[in-house]
Amino acid sequence: MELLCPAGSMPAVKAAISQGADAIYVGLKDDTNARHFAGLNFTESQLTEVARYVHQAGRKLHVAINTFAHPAAWSRWQQAVDSAVRAGTDVLILADMAVLAYAAERYPQVELHLSVQASATNVAAIEFYRQFNIRRVVLPRVLSMQQVRALARSCDIDLEVFAFGSLCIMAEGRCYLSSYLTGQSPNTAGACSPAAFVRWQEQDGVLESRLNEVLIDRFAADETAGYPTLCKGRFRVDADTYHVLEEPTSLNTLDLLPQLYAEGISSLKIEGRQRSPAYVTQITQVWRAAIDAVMQDPAHFLVQQHWQQVLNNLAEGNQTTLGAYHRKWK
Amino acid sequence: MQFSLGPVLYFWPKAQMLEFYRQAADSAVDIVYLGETVCSKRRELKLEDYLKLAHMLREAGKQVCLSGMTLLESPSELRELRKYVDNGDFMLEANDVGAIAMLYEQGLPFVAGAAINCYNQHSLRRLVGMGLLRWVMPVELSGDWLQQVLDEGIIQDIRDCFETEVFAFGHLPLAWSGRCFTARSENRAKDQCELCCIKYPQGRTVHSQDGAQVFVLNGIQTQSGYRYNLINQLPTMQGLVDVVRLSPEPEGTFAWLNRFKANQHGAAPQQLSDTDSNGYWLKLAGMATG
Repeated sequence: MELLCPAGSMPAVKAAISQGADAIYVGLKDDTNARHFAGLNFTESQLTEVARYVHQAGRKLHVAINTFAHPAAWSRWQQAVDSAVRAGTDVLILADMAVLAYAAERYPQVELHLSVQASATNVAAIEFYRQFNIRRVVLPRVLSMQQVRALARSCDIDLEVFAFGSLCIMAEGRCYLSSYLTGQSPNTAGACSPAAFVRWQEQDGVLESRLNEVLIDRFAADETAGYPTLCKGRFRVDADTYHVLEEPTSLNTLDLLPQLYAEGISSLKIEGRQRSPAYVTQITQVWRAAIDAVMQDPAHFLVQQHWQQVLNNLAEGNQTTLGAYHRKWK
Repeated sequence: MQFSLGPVLYFWPKAQMLEFYRQAADSAVDIVYLGETVCSKRRELKLEDYLKLAHMLREAGKQVCLSGMTLLESPSELRELRKYVDNGDFMLEANDVGAIAMLYEQGLPFVAGAAINCYNQHSLRRLVGMGLLRWVMPVELSGDWLQQVLDEGIIQDIRDCFETEVFAFGHLPLAWSGRCFTARSENRAKDQCELCCIKYPQGRTVHSQDGAQVFVLNGIQTQSGYRYNLINQLPTMQGLVDVVRLSPEPEGTFAWLNRFKANQHGAAPQQLSDTDSNGYWLKLAGMATG
């Protein structure tokens, strides 16, 4: 069972590798990946350096090219694939069937993983993407553990699941809420609720967060204000004001680790290419220890309390959830 | 230019559905999509009921397509989808690539619905090769984007092999989740939802704390708070869009159909209401009006 950690910068790469990540995933410095944020990601020459560093340590490099190609800018997605391969990536994480086809035909030697953004939630959808010789599928965070188990038992392809981090509650790759409010979505621009549209305003001790002028939340002085990700805002339905879609919280699957291991899940992905090297250090430490423990003795695996403490401190709103893996969440 | 009625996205009682499609049969609509696309627990109408409606509508001169589920998570949902694929008579709108895999295996043509991630000429060409006859582009794309795809060189020799359809009226389907937001809005767990969405024939409106209409909750689906309305853009769609889709609303759908038909060439433009939008088509935020 692989530990796959995020890295948005060279210090984060080094942090992940030094703390025992089996592989890291990164993106290029443009809108070809779903974390297209300022100050993040790598140029081709930086990527070459990353690849060298990762390979020297005997680990693997995955490059995410997981937005959808624009019709008049198709060459940018082609070039992203070319750059990643030239830089020496081991794996390409792809979502667009056009990009998948290009990579499969041009670089048959490179391992292809189906990005979560391709939204493959069932055996038939995985069957569809097999035409591109994919080796692994990253599962969307909408499935319950029972559904993950059913998939693991009915397909002979490697599965990767999200283990920790920001929680998308919508089927990834098919959520247009962000472009509805801002014109930019993960699919088209590589960002959800982009920072350029965020505005904070304080009035009479109440802090308001807005996204493209739409009020996402209001915080009293004693409340912690979180980033206005649109699906984690407080809105009103009739007379009730509450987190209509989801609370600010992070996904944490430590409790499920023995089950995921028993089902032969190939890889645990940690979300957070936009997070700091300090985050990557701490998160990798905890998950390395947890995965080692479960692999050594799955029957007696126990979640250590200090792991949970570290994870809670790193979590959005300092709270975590099993998300859709647990039926009650739904 | 033809006009279609998309599948009913809300959960309506059977009698309301039958009445709606009785009116559809008498209406000026050209194409009707039938089926449950949001939640497999909604069973007021079963596939056999939809097929009866399909035959009735076909006899009334309508072209009929079945429309499949969008978020497919369990083996039982795939079995149900398989029955839609194997109906033996009507073409299917695929709303998940899993449906395309099944249709391709059977050598059956299909419509690719708006939730299929086809964003460019290469993806479109591949799907045409697999049997796509009609492409409903993702709702977040603009008229310019559509034009750019169709202008690309690799589309020219296949342009006659498929039609284009645009979601042009109604609350936009924007997201699908593992969680049911209508059940959550009533403090119910999804497993004990008691199909409470049947009480909300137009979904539940979500307002921001300062009163703007942001979203509409429709079970596991989240829709746009505003009603998308491209009636005034119809003249610019000539030659670009073959089919204009109206998404059924509980009231007024057929009156709007008539208004759309009247404004095909710009003869009868309409004043949009404060809760209408047309941003996506005009390359703006979806909620905007241009």
